[in-house]
Order: sequence, then structure tokens, then C-alpha cells
Amino acid sequence: METDINSQDRKDLDKFIKFFALKTVQVIVQARLGEKICTRSSSSPTGSDWFNLAIKDIPEVTHEAKKALAGQLPAIGRSMCVEISLKTSEGDSMELEIWCLEMNEKCDKEIKISYTVYNRLSLLLKSLLAITRVTPAYRLSRKQGHEYVILYRIYFGEVQLNGLGEGFQTVRVGTVGTPMGTITLSCAYRINLAFMSTRQFERTPPIMGIIIDHFVDRPYPSSSPMHPCNYRTTGEDTGVTYPSVEDSQEVCTTSFSTSPPSQLSSSRLSYQPAALGVGSADLAYPVVFAAGLNTTHPHQLMVPGKEGGVPLAPNQPAHGAQADQERLATYTPSDGAHCAATPSSEDTETVSNSSEGRASPHDVLETIFARKVGAFVNKPINQVTLTSLDIPFAMFAPKNLELEDADPMGSLHSDGSSGGSSGNTHDDFVMIDFKPAFSKDDILPMDLGTFYREFQNPPQLSSLSIDIGAQSMAEDLDSLPEKLAVHEKNVREFDAFVETLQ
Amino acid sequence: MNCRSEVLEVSVEGRQVEEAMLAVLHTVLLHRSTGKFHYKKEGTYSIGTVGTQDVDCDFIDFTYVRVSSDELDRALRKDALRNSGGDGLGQMSLEFYQKKKSRWPFSDECIPWEVWTVKVHVVALATEQERQICREKVGEKLCEKVINIVEVMNRHEYLPKMPMQSEVDNVFDTGLRDVQPYLYKISFQITDALGTSVTTTMRRLIKDTLAL
Repeated sequence: METDINSQDRKDLDKFIKFFALKTVQVIVQARLGEKICTRSSSSPTGSDWFNLAIKDIPEVTHEAKKALAGQLPAIGRSMCVEISLKTSEGDSMELEIWCLEMNEKCDKEIKISYTVYNRLSLLLKSLLAITRVTPAYRLSRKQGHEYVILYRIYFGEVQLNGLGEGFQTVRVGTVGTPMGTITLSCAYRINLAFMSTRQFERTPPIMGIIIDHFVDRPYPSSSPMHPCNYRTTGEDTGVTYPSVEDSQEVCTTSFSTSPPSQLSSSRLSYQPAALGVGSADLAYPVVFAAGLNTTHPHQLMVPGKEGGVPLAPNQPAHGAQADQERLATYTPSDGAHCAATPSSEDTETVSNSSEGRASPHDVLETIFARKVGAFVNKPINQVTLTSLDIPFAMFAPKNLELEDADPMGSLHSDGSSGGSSGNTHDDFVMIDFKPAFSKDDILPMDLGTFYREFQNPPQLSSLSIDIGAQSMAEDLDSLPEKLAVHEKNVREFDAFVETLQ
Repeated sequence: MNCRSEVLEVSVEGRQVEEAMLAVLHTVLLHRSTGKFHYKKEGTYSIGTVGTQDVDCDFIDFTYVRVSSDELDRALRKDALRNSGGDGLGQMSLEFYQKKKSRWPFSDECIPWEVWTVKVHVVALATEQERQICREKVGEKLCEKVINIVEVMNRHEYLPKMPMQSEVDNVFDTGLRDVQPYLYKISFQITDALGTSVTTTMRRLIKDTLAL
């Protein structure tokens, strides 16, 4: 395996792999923050942009990555993995994807380190930028908000794919051959977004009741080392400051030569430690995020209905030698405002009341609705799901906090589903949150959302029902002569009225 | 050396054509652009930095990454707009080429080394529901196309050798201020709904005229 790679090339290669690993983590995590990323091109080399790409460094992420690597590099049998998972406000979580940076035994002895390998690593990072936007987790992460958040975890060692469910798919981002082995970057992502809630048979407070201080309460059990990791600007209360990661901002002055490769002697890297300032000062990532959830795209959490579902074992990942910290990648608009739900034609399809019958007060809390399951869901979903749900509405009706109480909004859950929506198979459900257009996200009872729900399914007009219609018809006929007599008396008034119209 | 050729096909609604083509063009050019070269003494050069930005499509459930260069974006939009609108089949070719200097009186030769062909089939949809489904389907298709593009890019097949300063314009487009893509050109072929291409129709007309 060891080739005649000289020590300087070996040092360069190790450096490249190290910073490539750090940049890979940055690209992946930043792509899951839920916001669009934008960096500027610079015609002059800045000296601090590895691989000639403007990828900002979030210090916390770099810190986590270095902690996971612990001075080692991805090598044969030792992969660096970034796990992306989703965690709901109820505490349920689901792994979405695993990004793996691996090394295999296939060596390319002829390749030039400081030219070809470097450029190919740069190309691979560009590919990673593109691929991180096309996996299913991207769209989920763009819509994270109160109901769920996206977390990341970095570990080093053996790749653990068990948490991705059945039938996960893999995409290879790319490979770069080196004299020490071939670097491979790939992603395994979940296809089946069906979610098994461990609280299936418990009463849980409605999602809409969770509010603003969600991230102040640490939802994670104390046994787990995970904790939310908010990227904060200076001045925040935690006062956690990460060591100035000088080496991650080492100035990379890369010169290339147009000489033929065999005569290459002047292309060496020079490193000058630089103050960190470049990365974090430029970042405008404020604190805890609170992006509102856009209900027009309900690619969201799924929970099973009453017909199926097995409680999932709590998925506390326990992998990797260097594993551990599960971090919440958060981001917030700087003004902290909730994003207004954007109304669109999809709104009419997002909420449907199933005609499967009223839920009795003693039914377990069932799941909620949804019509369409997102583009990346495996099973074709064609029918409406779920049973009705009393709890969220009870939340807004001040008197009815108990399931057993009569539900004043029972008419909402009566049969007569709003036309032909699609539903799920017994274990694929999507839960959505109905946010009516222009409504504020307040907790007052009888807000606009409640109003919509209450009056969305009005009872049928009594005059349209057949029996009553038949009766009234007979009555009408009987009362006709009287009515005619009255109208004849008032003929003059009617005529005067008609004249005013002309 | 043979020119490498890749073909991608997409079916889109009329208003999605521009965005679909820009998504493909930008994804390819992201991989085929470098920072600006700054040549120094002794034949060495340093490379500027390429920034990137996410672009959300308005008519497709899709986000793609492009190089942060407004000049490049404008140039591509101008090209993409030429092919938007109308039903039928359209074909766009993005060709990367090298210039080879020829002696007078011959003009420089353009030797393509990679051609990306995007066949766009435009469909007309009647209802809003169909359009919504189309948004998602086209988004998924474009995700597949991006994966295909990345797969080709990472085969590490032929790329022009890095040029000396005197020859950089034979390999790269050095006219942009902030980035430096490989020399490329974009061409179109539009077929109307009847399946006849405009060029073949013209050719037939001319032939018929000459035959008289």
C-alpha cells in the first residue's frame, strides 16, 4: 500500500484530506440549516479558501468535526459520517440520511497530489454542494420549524445504516484516487418516511400547543449526550466560545505551475496561521431559529393511524467510537418573526376530514391528516387517512380540555369528507398543521384557524334533505291560497316598488 | 480524442422550460468553472475563489446551486430564454470546446471535448391539479438529472490541460470578472409540435427550390 510517495507529498495529502473532511461537514450541515446559502466569488485568491471554493466555516461545526475526528483521518475501515436526522417537537426522531467519507484500498500511484488531487477534491466539493440539494432531506430541512427540526451528528468509525429503514437509497457523490487509496463520498438516504411514534397510545398535547420556548426546554433525555446546538453570535447567555480554530483557517496559498508534471517542483503549499475572524464575523446567523412551518408543502412528519403501527424502539443512536453529540442545526431569520404561511392552491388539499367516522372520545389520539405525501415517499399514497382528532380543537375551546367532554366542534368531524382527497395505507401518514392564510400564530382561543375548522364542514341544509323537503312541499301547497290572498291585498305596494326600480 | 457526449431529457410545462434549462446549465457550469487565474513568474499561477448560491425555482419544486456570478447567470438566461415558449420538442446543446490556433488564412478551429444535450419536451396542462403534480414530478426528475450530471463529472475523464498564460483564452472564457468557465457555446434546435425541425424544413425548402 505504501508507495514511493515522498514525505512532502504525504504531508500535503494528509492536509488536503483533513480540510476536505472539514469542508464536507460544513457543506452538509449548512445545507440542512433550512436557509438558502450564498457566498461570493472573488477574482483574487483570498488565501483562506480551501479548494478555491467560498465555503464559510461555522466554528461550532468545525469544532464538532474535529472532536469526532480526534486527530485521525478517514482511512480504510475508518469513515467519517455525518448523520442527519429529524426530531419532532414531541421528541420522536428519525434518521434521514448518512453522508460517508470513506477511503478504500484502490490506489492511484501516478496521480499528482498538489495539482490533480487538489483540483479533483475541489470538484468533489462542488458535486457535494449540488447533491445536498437534491436528496429528500433538503426539502424537509427548508421547512423545519415548530413541529420538527433537523439535527446533525458526526461520528468516526464504522458506518451505521440501520436507522434508515428499509429500502434506503444511496447516491455516490464522487471519488478521488490518491496514492494512499481512493476517497469516496456518498450518501445513504431514507426513502420510507413513515414514522412510528413511540407515543402512539398515549395522549400527547397537540403539536400546535408547543411554543416559542421549545428550545429553551431541553427535550432530550439526560442519559443522552445530545443537546441542541444553537449557533449563537457573541453576547449570548451560554457564553460558550469555541477555541479560535486557527488551523482550520490556515491560509492556503496554492500556486500551480503550468510546467509539465514531471518537472513540478515549485508548487508547494505555504501556510500562515490567520486569525479566525474571517468566518464567524461574516456570518449573519442569529440565534435560535423559529421559521414558521409552511403548510403548503406538507412533506412532514408521519405517524401511524389506528390500524397499524408498532411502537418503534427509541432510537438513541449509539455508534461510533468518537460519536456522540447530536447537534441541532438551527437558524433563524434575524428579526425572529415567524414566516407567514403562504396560501396557495395546495391549501385546499392539505386538510381533509376523513369520512371514516367519528372518533369516540375514548379513542387514542390518532394522527392527523394529510393528503399528499411528498415526492420522495416510497409508497404511492392514494387515499385519505386518518380519523378525526379532537385534541387540537379542544385546546382552543377553553372548556373542553378533556377528551371525554363533549366536543362542541363535533360537527367538524362528522362524516362528509371534503371531497376526494387522498389517504394513506395503514402505516403511512403525514401529519400537517393547518395554518390559514394571514393568521397570526397566537394562542388565543377561537383564532382564525379554529374558525376555519369550525365552519369548514357545515351541516347539510335541512331543506335539502329529502324527508323534510317532502313535508315542506305539502305544507307549501296548503298555504298557497292564503299567501296569494295576502299578496293581492298588497298589490299597490308591489306596484309602487316596481316603479321605483324603473 | 473523441468528444464526450451526454444527453438528458426532461418533460416540462411551458412555464417551467426556462428554469429547468437554467438548472441543468448552472449545474454543469458549476463543475466546469474555476476561479480566475492569476499568472505569476516562472509559469505558476494562483486561482481565485468561486462562490456559490442556492436558487429556488418558482414553477418547480426544486433548488439548484449555481456559481455566484451575475454575469454568467445573465448570459445563460439570455440563452435559455431563446428556447422557452411554445409546445413541442426543443433541444439545447451546451458544448465545451478548445480553440486551436491555425495559420492564416484559416480561422481558429474549435474542437469540442464535451457536449451536453438537453432535450426538452413541452407539454400543455389543463388543470391546476395537473400543474401541481407536474411541479413535483419535474422537481424529482431534475434531482435525477443532477445526480446524472455529478456522476459524469466525477468520472474524471478528459479535461483540457491547464494552459500557459499565452494560451489561456484557448481553453477558458476569461471575459467574466469573477469566474472562469471553460470555453462553451450554447445552441438550440426547436422542433414544432408536428415533429418537424425548423432546420430540416428549411433544408427541404431549399432543396426543393434548387430542384426546380
